[in-house]
Amino acid sequence: MSETDAQTTLFVRDTMLPPQPAPDKVSGPLLWLRENMFSGPLNILLTLLGLSIVWLVVSTIGPWLMHSVWNANGMAECRQIIAERYGPDASGACFALIRERWNQFVFGFYPPALYWRPVMAFTLLFFALAPILFMDSRKARWTVLALASVLGFLCAQLLGADGQTLIVITVAIVLWILVIEYGRSKALLLSLAYPFIGMWLLWGGSLWVEIMILAGFALAFLAFRLTQPMLGLIALAVAAAVIGVWWYFLADPAANALEQVIPLGLGKVPSSQFGGFVLSITIGVAGIAMSLPLGILLALARRSDLPIIKMLAVIFIEFIRGVPLIALLFVASLLLNYFLPPKVEFDIILRVVIMVTLFASAYMAEVIRGGLAALPRGQYEAADALGLDYWKAQRLIVLPQALKISIPGIVSTFIGMFKDTTLVTFVGLYDPLKAMSDTVRATFAWKGAYWEPYIFVGSIFFILCFGMSRYSMYLERRLKRENR
Amino acid sequence: MVQYPGANSPPFKLSMLIYDRRYRSLTIQAVVFILVMLVAAWLINNTIENLARLGKTFSFEFLFRRAGYDIPQQLIPYTSDDTNLRAAIVGLLNTLQVTIFGCITATIVGVMVGVLRLSPNWLISRLMTVYVEVFRNIPLLLWILVVLAIFTEVMPQPNAYRGENPQAHMLLFDTIAPTNRYTAVPSILMSNDPGVIPLGREGLNWAVVWFAGGLVLAWIAHRFLKNWAQRVQDQTGRRPTTWWITALMFIAPPLLLSWYFGLHLDRPVLKGFNFTGGAKLDNAFVVLWIALTLYTGAFIAEIVRGGILSVSKGQSEAAFALGLRPGRTMSLVVLPQALRVIVPPLISQYLNLMKNSSLAIAVGFMDLRGTLGGTTLNQTGREMECMILMMGIYLLLSLIISGGMNVFNNRVKLKER
Repeated sequence: MSETDAQTTLFVRDTMLPPQPAPDKVSGPLLWLRENMFSGPLNILLTLLGLSIVWLVVSTIGPWLMHSVWNANGMAECRQIIAERYGPDASGACFALIRERWNQFVFGFYPPALYWRPVMAFTLLFFALAPILFMDSRKARWTVLALASVLGFLCAQLLGADGQTLIVITVAIVLWILVIEYGRSKALLLSLAYPFIGMWLLWGGSLWVEIMILAGFALAFLAFRLTQPMLGLIALAVAAAVIGVWWYFLADPAANALEQVIPLGLGKVPSSQFGGFVLSITIGVAGIAMSLPLGILLALARRSDLPIIKMLAVIFIEFIRGVPLIALLFVASLLLNYFLPPKVEFDIILRVVIMVTLFASAYMAEVIRGGLAALPRGQYEAADALGLDYWKAQRLIVLPQALKISIPGIVSTFIGMFKDTTLVTFVGLYDPLKAMSDTVRATFAWKGAYWEPYIFVGSIFFILCFGMSRYSMYLERRLKRENR
Repeated sequence: MVQYPGANSPPFKLSMLIYDRRYRSLTIQAVVFILVMLVAAWLINNTIENLARLGKTFSFEFLFRRAGYDIPQQLIPYTSDDTNLRAAIVGLLNTLQVTIFGCITATIVGVMVGVLRLSPNWLISRLMTVYVEVFRNIPLLLWILVVLAIFTEVMPQPNAYRGENPQAHMLLFDTIAPTNRYTAVPSILMSNDPGVIPLGREGLNWAVVWFAGGLVLAWIAHRFLKNWAQRVQDQTGRRPTTWWITALMFIAPPLLLSWYFGLHLDRPVLKGFNFTGGAKLDNAFVVLWIALTLYTGAFIAEIVRGGILSVSKGQSEAAFALGLRPGRTMSLVVLPQALRVIVPPLISQYLNLMKNSSLAIAVGFMDLRGTLGGTTLNQTGREMECMILMMGIYLLLSLIISGGMNVFNNRVKLKER
């Protein structure tokens, strides 16, 4: 049989052929192009449309960007340089403006010698956030902390902090990192204290004022713990009374006295010197930090079984959401003095922060209410079945899940609020976008510079907001436990 | 022995107000209510004292005094001799105008971009992603200022359109001429004007009444036609073709009326140093409109994309399997489900656009904030009254828009049993 086989079989392959590349038409960039850009008449039309849009944008902006000048003393000099280099009809960007005046866009009228203070306040913000945001991933935490401390230190050094200050900064950074790594609960306490540290760095004055304000909280907590066994819930009222008496009568003299003994003062910087991104970020961060807890409380109130509390929450939320932020800012600048007793004056930044917080908290409340509503009923019932009281059920079962669901909404509210901080220009504060551009443009040398400030400020806003939205997407992926 | 809870409940004691869950909620509510009332009373008391100290009274009488300022763009006749109230109404109408125009164009832009972002075309979908991300992550104020700068710095003077070889060309078949002072657009004229119905100082043109009547009649006839088609389908199983009758009903009356009234476009023409004929749109309005459209359009695009993605592919495949044609698949299966996801966030985008239109302050467009909350407030010094009135009107507008859209939302919402 084998013989016949050998005779009838004409050819037997004994080696494999080497693999050959696929023909051009079914693989490689050509196929990709054909599938993704030229698959049909409509697609070809769209591609041509897209190419023409790209061409239009590039041909308008490209040469202008290519001809940009980074070294000049004014618009006139810029135009002269461009005319010399690229011919009389050429137009070009004059980024020399940014090189000369970037500090005003970033720091406003903050005293240049003290630029390291806002930088440190911003750096320490990441330290305060680390125990809250980056605790479950060591890699992410170390990256953020290392970047923040190195950049913060370098910026402080370049912006002219003296040697003594730099040493203090280094010690503070190292200590804080140690606390974060070895004692999470202590790090959280430091995070709670951060707003006061930030305030002290930004506005200056005596640190004892902030310490005394914090001491008020500590005293109230102590009073509550001491009296609770005897009085029960009435202890809350006692704590409130203690904090009121302490802040109203005792905090100021105590701070003054301690300042006499151990001076812990930084040079004062009045609110009128705030501007640029220091102002925007101050308002934004303060608003974010305060609007989240307020929004949670409002959302819980709106879903509460208690009709009066629910009604109050609904009125507040719907009123705030129905009115433009500009109107509320005008209330802050024009009307707030009417509502307060005579001779009580609020700092304008504080007034604006209050209004921005109220505004954002109403939106936050609606986002979180959505999260609470999306939680299956079984979760609430399970919490009840375990015998948890209202606050324990909310804190341990409901809110962690509801907040997780509402992360995208919360972050987009934050982004919206940060963008809205530019509106403070209309109540006379120096936001980076309009007020600072106008200020710079008002000087004779930079008259007529329209696009460069907008590009600079717009890019920074884009980076910050885009970063926030990406972080929220990262967080969403991390927290999606059930799909793992 | 069964003990029923509450059968012999203990007598009421004062401490139960705090420790008994049945009464505690009452206590909490009472305390909160009293606290809120106290704070409100304190604020009102302060306000009254402060007003008295400054020698101010609280009255809206200033609304009926002469305004004394001009408003560049007005939808109803207004001169500086009119009252502050009328100025506020002109401002309110301007707010409404830019809101309505903005909502329409932003929806068009948003739907187009949202659909194109899902297109299989790599280039177009990337371009649309760039558009959406760039516009969503940069403050609206910047876009308003950029468009304003384009209009004041880049747009030509009216003069540039002059001559054989003009430096600038009019857009859209020589009908629109953007200049650095105003935007000249065509207006609609009638050669056979039916006159106006006098209503105070402004009048309502009979032609408008006729057109509106024609549309209402067409809509009623359309409802009848639809019911008839449904009946025929129920009885015979075949649905008669009605789309061309509907189209005819909606298109024919306006066409006939336009022919009867001799409707034609009055194009702007350059005469001397300025355009004559047509209408001149205030550039402040155009800038605000464009910026609001582009900014809100990016948000609407994301909403539309999310809505379309939320309808699973199996739905349209099932519809095809049932033998529905693509058009009816879209209108009966995909769209109703996508709209359910799209409409609620769309409402809040419309509300945002309305509220954002108060950024007119950046371009000097005289909207409600510019008149009532701006010039009137500064001239009369009545901050309290002006702000209360202005916020009340904005609140009312929001409630009306969200109320109206909620009616629509209830119609497209999933009907759960």
